[in-house]
Amino acid sequence: MINFKFSGKRRRFIGPLVKTLALSFGVLAMAFAQAADTIKVGVLHSLSGTMAISETTLKDTVLMLVEEQNKKGGLLGKKLEPVVVDPASNWPLFAEKTKELLGKEKVDVIFGCWTSVSRKSVLPVIEEMNGLLFYPVQYEGEESSKNVFYTGAAPNQQAIPAVDYLMNEVGVKRWVLAGTDYVYPRTTNKILESYLKSKGVAAEDIMINYTPFGHSDWQTIVSDIKKFGSSGKKTAVVSTINGDANVPFYKELGNQGISAEDIPVVAFSVGEEELSGFDTSPLVGHLAAWNYFMSADADVNESFIDSWHSYIKDEKRVTNDPMEATYIGFKMWAKAVEKAGTTEVDKVRPAMYGITVPNLTGGTAKMLPNHHLTKPVLIGEIQEDGQFEIVWQTEGEVPGDAWTDFLPESAKIVSDWQDPKIKCGNYNTETKTCSGQNY
Amino acid sequence: MIRIFAGLLGVVLCLSAVPGVAESKPESERFAETLAQLTTRSFSEKAKVIEALAALNDERVPSVLESLLDGRLYYRKSDREMLHVEKRDRALLATAVLSGEVLGEVGKRSVKKISVNNALRRQLRGLIAAFQLQHKAADQRMSAAQEMIKSPAAEYLEPLERAIAAESVPGVRRRMETARSMILLDSEDPGLRLAAVEELRGVSDKHVMTILTQLLAEDGTGGAGEKDAAVREAAQDVLAGLHTRARIYKFVEDLFFGVSAGSVLLLAAIGLAITFGVMGVINMAHGEMIMLGAYTTYVVQLLMPNHIGLSLVVAVPAAFLVAGLFGVVIERGVIRFLYGRPLETLLATFGISLILQQLVRTIFTPLNRSVITPDWMSGSWEINGMLSLTYNRLYIILFSLGVLLALMQVLKRTLFGLQMRAVTQNRPMASSMGIRTGWVDAMTFGLGSGIAGIAGVALSQLTNVGPNLGQAYIIDSFMVVVFGGVGNLLGTFVGAMSLGIVNKFAEPIVGAVLAKILILVFVILFIQRRPRGLFALKGRFVED
Repeated sequence: MINFKFSGKRRRFIGPLVKTLALSFGVLAMAFAQAADTIKVGVLHSLSGTMAISETTLKDTVLMLVEEQNKKGGLLGKKLEPVVVDPASNWPLFAEKTKELLGKEKVDVIFGCWTSVSRKSVLPVIEEMNGLLFYPVQYEGEESSKNVFYTGAAPNQQAIPAVDYLMNEVGVKRWVLAGTDYVYPRTTNKILESYLKSKGVAAEDIMINYTPFGHSDWQTIVSDIKKFGSSGKKTAVVSTINGDANVPFYKELGNQGISAEDIPVVAFSVGEEELSGFDTSPLVGHLAAWNYFMSADADVNESFIDSWHSYIKDEKRVTNDPMEATYIGFKMWAKAVEKAGTTEVDKVRPAMYGITVPNLTGGTAKMLPNHHLTKPVLIGEIQEDGQFEIVWQTEGEVPGDAWTDFLPESAKIVSDWQDPKIKCGNYNTETKTCSGQNY
Repeated sequence: MIRIFAGLLGVVLCLSAVPGVAESKPESERFAETLAQLTTRSFSEKAKVIEALAALNDERVPSVLESLLDGRLYYRKSDREMLHVEKRDRALLATAVLSGEVLGEVGKRSVKKISVNNALRRQLRGLIAAFQLQHKAADQRMSAAQEMIKSPAAEYLEPLERAIAAESVPGVRRRMETARSMILLDSEDPGLRLAAVEELRGVSDKHVMTILTQLLAEDGTGGAGEKDAAVREAAQDVLAGLHTRARIYKFVEDLFFGVSAGSVLLLAAIGLAITFGVMGVINMAHGEMIMLGAYTTYVVQLLMPNHIGLSLVVAVPAAFLVAGLFGVVIERGVIRFLYGRPLETLLATFGISLILQQLVRTIFTPLNRSVITPDWMSGSWEINGMLSLTYNRLYIILFSLGVLLALMQVLKRTLFGLQMRAVTQNRPMASSMGIRTGWVDAMTFGLGSGIAGIAGVALSQLTNVGPNLGQAYIIDSFMVVVFGGVGNLLGTFVGAMSLGIVNKFAEPIVGAVLAKILILVFVILFIQRRPRGLFALKGRFVED
């Protein structure tokens, strides 16, 4: 009986379905017709699934930048046309959607990805089809692909300066490296551990702790940290805990009475957007290291915030570091396209090297031949209103290093896509060869 | 008041730290001049200014220091006038520091906050503690003593002595004496040090443990830190006693963590014990019912922003109704067509869970929503200096037990409970007795979903309120119900508690990731031995 009912309904759906299909083919055909006189900008950010929480904002940022560029008359006399796809937080789907963007939509550039695993899944496709990807999130480094520009921070632009700050300015002697159990925290903590040891920190003064994704019961770990920190030596937590799990972690810290004055936590994945999800009063004084804070005192930042608010039509929305990285990436690409006079990847890529655009904190970002940027490193303390008070920043900009110098296996590797003698992303300075693999 | 500042003067003797303040000027003028220097951007400059301020004998100093600590001290950009600012409903209400004149509302862009960092906060807390010692309210004096125990420093000694002499509340006096002994550990006279160590005997406090460990630690040259043998011996003895007590408290604490983890599991699983355990529906959308409850809490808080404490109480029935209603709709709309076909139910409810998640993403955006924790649920209950239990966990343990008991009563004592048991035990017979089985099915599913919604209210206090909230709990819930024995609430309770406790005792040893894996392996092996779980249902109606 029930089956009959369902099949009856199904038939009624077919009519409209055909119509929708026909319509969407029509739209596609129109898109192809337009392709000749627009420059297509692919947006590859998850709009559904787990990562939607972070990536939706970046999609909106790219769309805002495209709109602004079009108001100024577009690029090379053509309008920009955004093509938004939804890889739905599904890593293999990132590769498929890239194929779709490059093969079917024939986009000229892609802005996208958040997690390292999604980027790794895009890499083979984008290299094979010779596309151009701007990746706007801080990551663990150890990579430099010919077809990817990394506009977020490498470890030496976030983790290392943050540890330096704690060591020299706060006088921290004991370290807890707490992270979620996946590639970015594991690699970062490996780098940090060897860096701390090179600075004379004893092994018993380093505690490393990993937790599963979405961990919500932090009682035991916080109590361990408390015990570890009561040795009399100044202790700090370096947190690579991912996204969501931070909220219960900070709540537990507050409830167990650990204030930032006792044991400060410096986080690499907690920004304005994450803080807007909860009550920050127990977190005041905890730290974050980024290359941009919304509170940065610069005119260009204020106008960026204003245009973001008017674009998103919500005064309460915040800006954050990956948005700045997207902004820099977009501006650089636009400048490189104008310099090259074309959107052809093989012409734009060489035009990118050495290009400079003002960043949002009042300095200048320069694209290096290893596809990474120069960035200032800022340390901020969380304030009651969910914003960061910048308490320290590096003198000038730090050049991004694709291969860290603090791991023996990658210390000897450099990346340079401009030098004709090297021209690869993983040149071994000892054997004087590239590994063959591109990333 | 004058007495307080005399005390304060004794504490900080650093008048000449800030250049440009002439000592001959009248006190109030020097106050104004020093205060104006707080607008500097450099934190180390600010530290010097604060020190100079604290040394001034002006009655406006303590309020300035407190405002600065709370982030309420601003200055007007136009003329650098210092202001105390209160935030009320997004508006800033200002009072001038120097004149005390009430200025009313000021524009957000016309003033700038004087920011402080951790080092300054610590400095301010210490300075404030020194004059808090004389405060009229006992809890203020207590917190001052606590602050000094946390960071004992020689300059507190004198005000402490005076405070102890004047103190009338025994509990507060004991804390002050502990603080004094901790400071005296640093004195030159071995006799004083020995007396201090003896006085610390019997005090259970982790800060005492820290300071004694430091006392006994080796100095830079490899010799003992404490030179006097008698003091060293006494300190070792006291420390050994502290270590024994610390181990006992650690066990109690671990047990509490375990019970609290178990109570969260219980809350998450108890609704499923109805929908899956009693009705046999493999309900993959169970986690989303929890999520709906959490979002209901958020909405309730939005509707009553001035009664955050009360909002949680209101949210419990509201979440029950919202999630229960969704449950009834899902049962009537989808699940009733699929009884007896577990695989299709599984897929259908999984589909529903995705739909609900995306629905929430569309309505509330994919960003996490902030649910405010009321004051009575934050902080911890300090039993002594070594053992403290967090309030939110404590309440959730009580709450989960309450929910369990209430549910058991509903099943045992009410007509609906009777009908529900009748329908699940023998549907044709119940039906022929005149029970509307369809209605009972819908209500049962609604009840299970509603309870999941209630769990959501509790979980909104522990974790993120976001579209993925439910997914984190679905596996754990199934694990608990299967382990405890399908169709048995007592089994769910015992299952949840034992899994929680085992997990929390394993976690410090093997780490959080491995602990979770071990638990899963353990449950799988256990189910191999006893397929019906801990408390298997017995009797004729058990189908096979």
